[in-house]
Amino acid sequence: MNPRKRSGIRYISFRHILAPAIILMFVVSTGRAAPDSIGSIRDTTIEWPTIDEVLRVVLLRDYNTRVVVIGTMLLGLAAGVIGTFILLRKRSLMGDAVSHATLPGIGLAFIIMSRFGGSGKHLPGLLAGAMITGLIGMGLILLIRNTTRLKEDAALGIVLSVFFGFGVAILGIIQKMSTGHAAGLESFIYGKTASMLAADAQLIAYVALLILIVCTILYKEFTLLCFDQEFASSQGWPVVLLDITMMVLVVIVTVIGLQAVGLILVIALLIIPAAAARFWSYNLLTIVIASGIIGAFSGLAGAGSSALIPRLPTGAIIVVIAASVFIFSLVFGSARGLLVRIYQHLRLLKKVGHQNLLRAMFEWWENHDTSGQSRIHRQSDTKGAELANSVCDRDSDNIGNVEHSSRDIRWGELLALRSWAPRRLRRLIRIAIKEELISQLSLGSYRLTEVGKAEAKRIVRNHRLWEIYLITHADIAPSRVDRDADQIEHVLGRAMVDKLERILASTSPDLAMPSSPHPL
Amino acid sequence: MQWTSLDTWIVVTGVLSAVSCALLGNFMVLRRLSMMGDAISHAVLPGLAIAFLVTGSRDSVTMFIGAAIVGVLTAVFTQSIHYLGKVEESAAMGVVFTTLFALGLILIVRAADAVDLDPGCVLYGAIELVPLDTKSVLGYEIPRAALTTGLVAIINILFVVIFYKELKLTSFDPALATTLGINSQLMHYLLMTAVAVTAVAAFECVGSILVIAMMIVPAASAHLLTDRLHTMILVSVILGSASAVLGHVAAITVPKIWGFEDTNTAGMIAVVSGVIFFITMLAAPRHGVISKVLHQFILSVRIAREDILGLVYRFEEMGVMDNVHEVKRLMKQLTGTGPLLYATAVASLRHDGKIRLVDQGFQLSAPGKKAANSVIRSHRLWESYLHRYLKYPVEHLHFSAERLEHVTDDSMRERLATRTDSPTVDPHGKTIPEEISNGGRK
Repeated sequence: MNPRKRSGIRYISFRHILAPAIILMFVVSTGRAAPDSIGSIRDTTIEWPTIDEVLRVVLLRDYNTRVVVIGTMLLGLAAGVIGTFILLRKRSLMGDAVSHATLPGIGLAFIIMSRFGGSGKHLPGLLAGAMITGLIGMGLILLIRNTTRLKEDAALGIVLSVFFGFGVAILGIIQKMSTGHAAGLESFIYGKTASMLAADAQLIAYVALLILIVCTILYKEFTLLCFDQEFASSQGWPVVLLDITMMVLVVIVTVIGLQAVGLILVIALLIIPAAAARFWSYNLLTIVIASGIIGAFSGLAGAGSSALIPRLPTGAIIVVIAASVFIFSLVFGSARGLLVRIYQHLRLLKKVGHQNLLRAMFEWWENHDTSGQSRIHRQSDTKGAELANSVCDRDSDNIGNVEHSSRDIRWGELLALRSWAPRRLRRLIRIAIKEELISQLSLGSYRLTEVGKAEAKRIVRNHRLWEIYLITHADIAPSRVDRDADQIEHVLGRAMVDKLERILASTSPDLAMPSSPHPL
Repeated sequence: MQWTSLDTWIVVTGVLSAVSCALLGNFMVLRRLSMMGDAISHAVLPGLAIAFLVTGSRDSVTMFIGAAIVGVLTAVFTQSIHYLGKVEESAAMGVVFTTLFALGLILIVRAADAVDLDPGCVLYGAIELVPLDTKSVLGYEIPRAALTTGLVAIINILFVVIFYKELKLTSFDPALATTLGINSQLMHYLLMTAVAVTAVAAFECVGSILVIAMMIVPAASAHLLTDRLHTMILVSVILGSASAVLGHVAAITVPKIWGFEDTNTAGMIAVVSGVIFFITMLAAPRHGVISKVLHQFILSVRIAREDILGLVYRFEEMGVMDNVHEVKRLMKQLTGTGPLLYATAVASLRHDGKIRLVDQGFQLSAPGKKAANSVIRSHRLWESYLHRYLKYPVEHLHFSAERLEHVTDDSMRERLATRTDSPTVDPHGKTIPEEISNGGRK
């Protein structure tokens, strides 16, 4: 009966913190070891850019860099915004399947265009092909999920792998075509940001704008769809149409993202900024904006650094930067971040422990009152309280007297009252003494102060009100109510207590301070 | 088509990978972890790259260990982020595997000149090159990849056979498994380790994404074909092997039909398994789309037949003879029966000799009369029952009875009659017909 367990709080296991930490150390250490061992084979050191080069990129002086950086940034923005909605809709991996499903479309578009005498690499044509198979893939996912006994995960896996396999087979055909110059097509798999043209950036800009406009117009509808689909449909919103709109937007982002980050990693732009943004707020609008900003920042920083450092795959860098932001948010996020949650958790633990201490002492005092009157079934509580006050007053007069009085609880007795660890109890007492809720008369002998007694009374009263409520209104046996009340006493608010008082007024005569319904 | 010993080895390696993947895939599908397989197969990339960078060799064992560790870590990281950050599990998975894949990609590209890990090969493997890298075993030249995948296939078979009971229990009812003393968490991570090892082994032949095709697609098809786990495993292994063989054949032959050269085998294996899945999805005997639609249609026809019989009975009751158009109109209006369903129902009734078409009117034959009698009797008895015991208002009776009449059999009708004291008229004042026994009217 660990009091912390009793409080019903879920624990953050250290296993979950430790394991990733060890792994991170492992990765870092091997990462460091790597250049030494590889040095003999080929030099892989990074040529760090000069300050002048950094300035050129940061200030967007280069025309090329400007195009690439702005294009990727807008892409990150658009993906971040729409990504929030699909994250909330628990459809994150749908984007992954769809992006893989675009590959055969690209290949087929290339074959068709080169068959009909085109260049085969006309970008809008390729993207149109990608879009078509992406949508077909999405339709198939829904079809498999809705018409067979297979679940969503299997549907995603099937569409993802089969479509990608089809795409690979088509690329294999193209490679051996006499007319084909398929070299550029593989860049869709991993992305090739550096080769982004002004026209491509312009396309991305238009699409980003389109997505922002649609998301702004349909903000309320999308929100409703994410949080309560049934309610939305009962209110007469065209749920299916909205859902399709949202997913089409996802396909569009995926398709324009192919060029920049490649079809494997474009999903990261949809998921990671949104997941990171959620750590910073509970408000959807804030999350959407934050997600857009994180996406834009990742795109900007990723494209910038790959412009500075040669031989870096841009898509991968963007993802790694987004992931760093994610890890930072996971730890430091102001709403759901780990530190904030651990802090809240510890504060709650402290409060609970503290209240448990006061209640234990108060109930002990009730049982060991010197007046010889049994306090368990007292008639009048006010009398008891007055008595307690007078006892307290008398004791505080001769506080210099270290002689142990029967109203002071000894360390050993206190420890036996609950199943708390000695160390924890000692700490709780130390804090309570500091806050002047209890006083230490001699070593290992404690007593509630005036303030402490008032606070303890409030808690004990909450506890007992709830116990009585459970007994009289929920028909629970008196021997069983202690455990439930133990958890609720810490969170009973003023309004709740008022309500309990109203409900119990007719049945319980001594509401001011009810006696315990069971032996203490 | 020219078949050489190279093709044989390609097919053998493909089949071995397919078998090892499909074995585990069953449990992935049943545990709804399909996408975890995808995540792990992407995430082993940095493991491969780091193992290579550390040891500087393409020695299988180190690459294996490196990749397997990272593969399992994917599962651990996903769990951690899901747990610590309260991020939805699939999103956590998405974050983890894309990040790891990106890291691996950077490592590979940075060391591109030194590593012969081609980013393209990572995704779709190089099964065509498998026979070229051989190792001599007992005097035979056997491709190294065939040995590795063979070994993994054996390990996986042993894994599934030894832990069959545990895997089965933890897949279907983790809570029960825990009460029986089986550590489902441990089984989860054992399975993930096996998946990671298999993914690495199959990586070389089919690449990371097509590993998923081999894992999930045959298992998903098998899941639609059977309800028994051991049959499902067997079927998935057979389908996986078949797709490997047919995939290679298709890679050589299919593109030639349209005048192209041959294509990538790994891609075609995925396509063939996809085609097999699609066929299964449509035609599976119990869980297939066609069989479901057919069952639905047969049910609708049965209900439409009963409704038509009821309508004709009522017209005969009222003495209206030219009822063909009225019946059709009412069927459309009252039950929304479309023309196709209506035509089918009428045709089947006429074929069974239940109704005859005389001039402009349907007439019930003797067996038709008996069937219609049952329907109407059920309907009106239900109306009496609902009105008497459930206090339905008279104007609401019809629609409930309309539904109940189709699910009422003889014995139920008899009980209804007893319960309602065998009334002769229903709450609307219509006569409730007597039961027609097999020997004719009572």
